[in-house]
Amino acid sequence: MSVITKATESGIGTAGRRGEEIRSDLWVQLELKEAGGIELALGSRVEPYFGEAIRAQVKEVLNTLGVTDARLEVEDTGALPFVIEARLEAAALAAGVEPAADARPERTIPLPPAQPRQRPRRSRLYLPGNEPKFFMSAGLYEPDAIILDLEDSVHVDAKPAARLLVRNSLRCVDFKQAERMVRINQLPFGLEDLSAVIPEGPDMILVPKVETADQIREVDKAIDEILGGLKGGSGRSDDSGAVRPLRLMPILESALGIENAFEIARASERIAALTIGLEDYAADMGVPKTADGVESAYARKRMVNAARAAGVQAIDSVYGDVDDLDGLLRWGRRSRQLGYEGMGCIHPRQIRVIHAAFQPPPTQVEKALQIVEAYRLAEAEGHGVVSLGSKMIDPPVVKQALATVEQARALGLLPSDRRDEANRLDEVEQ
Amino acid sequence: MSAATMVKNAAGRLIPTVVNGQDQVPFQGVDGYEPTGSKQAPPIRSCRDYPASGDKRVENLEEALRRCGLSDGMVVSTHHHLRNGDFVGVMTLEAAVRLGAKDLMWFPSASFPCHEPVIEMMERGVVHHIEGSMNGPLGEYCSDGKMRGLGVLRSHGGRWQAIQDGEVEIDVAVIAAPTADPFGNADGSHGPSACGSLGFALADSIYARHVIVVTDNLVPFPCVPWQIQGNNVDFVVEVDRIGDPEQIVSGTTVITRSPERQLIAEQVARLVKEAGIMRPGFSFQAGAGGIALAFVDYLARLMREEGVTARFVRGGSTHYLVDLLQEGLTEYILDGQTFDLDGVRSIAEDPCHVATSPFTSYNFHGKGNFASMVDAVVLGATEVDVDFNANVNTHSDGLLLHGIGGWQNCLYSGCTILAVPSFRDRNPVIRDEVTTVTGPGELIDVVATERGIAINPRRRDLLGALQNSDLPIRPIEEIQHEVEQLCGGKPQPAPVTDRPVAVIKWVDGTVIDTVYQVDR
Repeated sequence: MSVITKATESGIGTAGRRGEEIRSDLWVQLELKEAGGIELALGSRVEPYFGEAIRAQVKEVLNTLGVTDARLEVEDTGALPFVIEARLEAAALAAGVEPAADARPERTIPLPPAQPRQRPRRSRLYLPGNEPKFFMSAGLYEPDAIILDLEDSVHVDAKPAARLLVRNSLRCVDFKQAERMVRINQLPFGLEDLSAVIPEGPDMILVPKVETADQIREVDKAIDEILGGLKGGSGRSDDSGAVRPLRLMPILESALGIENAFEIARASERIAALTIGLEDYAADMGVPKTADGVESAYARKRMVNAARAAGVQAIDSVYGDVDDLDGLLRWGRRSRQLGYEGMGCIHPRQIRVIHAAFQPPPTQVEKALQIVEAYRLAEAEGHGVVSLGSKMIDPPVVKQALATVEQARALGLLPSDRRDEANRLDEVEQ
Repeated sequence: MSAATMVKNAAGRLIPTVVNGQDQVPFQGVDGYEPTGSKQAPPIRSCRDYPASGDKRVENLEEALRRCGLSDGMVVSTHHHLRNGDFVGVMTLEAAVRLGAKDLMWFPSASFPCHEPVIEMMERGVVHHIEGSMNGPLGEYCSDGKMRGLGVLRSHGGRWQAIQDGEVEIDVAVIAAPTADPFGNADGSHGPSACGSLGFALADSIYARHVIVVTDNLVPFPCVPWQIQGNNVDFVVEVDRIGDPEQIVSGTTVITRSPERQLIAEQVARLVKEAGIMRPGFSFQAGAGGIALAFVDYLARLMREEGVTARFVRGGSTHYLVDLLQEGLTEYILDGQTFDLDGVRSIAEDPCHVATSPFTSYNFHGKGNFASMVDAVVLGATEVDVDFNANVNTHSDGLLLHGIGGWQNCLYSGCTILAVPSFRDRNPVIRDEVTTVTGPGELIDVVATERGIAINPRRRDLLGALQNSDLPIRPIEEIQHEVEQLCGGKPQPAPVTDRPVAVIKWVDGTVIDTVYQVDR
């Protein structure tokens, strides 16, 4: 998988970012030479601490790639080893190198266990795929998911380099309990993204700008081919040898996509959720995006209904004003009322607000527990009718109460003295 | 006086036995050293030698220095209330240049990048060496081994201690005063160059042989309030400007926007609450750094939620502390220095916002001090080690870049928390051994990083109080190991030579560590 760019003709490739505000990255320009060995001009913010380690790593990576004669100019702002490898490899590929061997860094983080299809997806934290400084701490903020983004947050020139960085981060960054999602580019460009990341075992792929079910089938097929080509690789199975599931979340970002939501949601077994991209949707509609989202009211309702009908989760877009946490809370609560189960975050501070917005309020949980308790009693005593005080409880209300308790338990909202009751639920449900 | 040799002190560090011609006492452990004797006193003065009119004005600083008898080898002190906006430090030394003085010892309470011109004065032989915190370019100059004498770094409390026990005898103290009267009464909370408290100059005003007040806001007697008493002052000099207001206090201090640092601050606030420290009438101190400010903000939320108020908070004051005071979340601010305009306004107007000095807050030779009465303090560090020793002076590359400030003194609080990122630019903050020991691990209770909170095993009470907490409490070695894995191993040791360029004093005047010339 070599990326051929215009720079190839000159045998020069660059990768990474540099500048006053850049941290934790490494910019490299690699010029292939006919002879003379490796010539390295290194400037690093961490020269006194890791200068020798960086030089040794450069030598090792180039050796693996089969680069024997080259001139490198490197500006390092404290890049971690997995970043350094990604930048060097990207520059080499851009210079036209056909790698002699697999230069991927050793896995420093064991592949986390596979995630269930149905799980809380209240928050997903966007991480721009070409900005490594945000990767290391993302899991510490306890989002339900992180998204390594290769699409809109990455400049077109930087996409090949970002792809390698994201690939390496799936091997070397501990995202803790978060589900690990990757947003690929639209096909056909996104095919290269899939080839790079799927062997590293991400939990979910976000497919942008989906308008038809066929687009999903195409992605599905590409994934099958990549997985088929892996010999028991990490993308295919976990340590126990079980097949490791890979889920999809299509992003609907146009009027046509919204119209086809139901068909899209049913286009692949891998689809676990649908989500909506409001910026692009508003642009497609030719109307400005507003704070209360009046322009997307229909689309959001239509999509949540389609998702429910297809048996997948409906996930909302992002809230763009990171300083307006009150606005975010209002948006999230309304979104939950519509039937959405989560939304995107563009800053860690949004995570907790979103979690609060998408969890059932304590009064609702309390009520649900009472109903479930009444239901359990009625079952035990052989009554067909469930009643709470003087009120009769209809079956759909019981069903909803069971779902609320289930959700509250999944989110860890039930205080410990409620655990027993919740456990007894299992018997009830059987 | 004996020849300088290196001996190992109780912290296990090699220190010189003689510094700038003075015999030194090696660090003996926390509270291990018991000084005796009497305190230093300035020469007897009599009112008959001063104008009955109370008017002590002279035409300029040069004339004032001349009348103080400035001569070669003297000790001249200035103060850092005006921080990086200070004009008076350099102005004083420039006047000394015009008088032809040589080999002065400059004894600032701290120096800043604005004092870079002092490098040239050292090159020209006017200044022999600096004893005082050296920030930025002066620290680099010292690190490169270019200063003739050894730098001596003291805490705010340690500076007072050194003045009181005669370790440093100040010949001339020059005090920058935002407001003063012709008698020499001086105040920091009013005037175009207002900076809040003048506490750092208080010891100098009492103990120096000669005291000059320099002001750009002369008012008729009396200058009220007076933080510096004119009765200790020899001369008053009026100048156009004592400093650059924009660099003296910031318009407003800002909480960190870094999510990692916010996470640390929030967890520290939770720790203070969950450990049972945040109880009615408690007290705390936090500086003006990004994490510390965010900590105050988070703690205030928890205090509101629980309906808990503090008896006092110690500043470094900022608008965040002023807000607490105005909201009634604390009854008093005891303020050592004032970092923003709201702080300056508040200290001038609110009787519950009180200016303090290192004597009340930090002094080792006081009959107690406030620092040990504070329930929790949140501080920073450049490095900590697995024994909880910490460094605030040098970076991991060996460069001396920061002063001690009140940091060492604050370690005596009921719960000392270092809030630090686990790594900076790939450089792990938790080390096997710190480059420079500024504070002994015995006094450091908590190291809080974004990747986990380490509690000093000596503090079993804290560990017990937090055993049911869901805060990420982990052994310090475990956090260190995780970060080293992330960063690709242990960093190279600091590239330093074995030639001392400065010493770090402990709060009692003993020497806790040595700073070496860097090899570059």
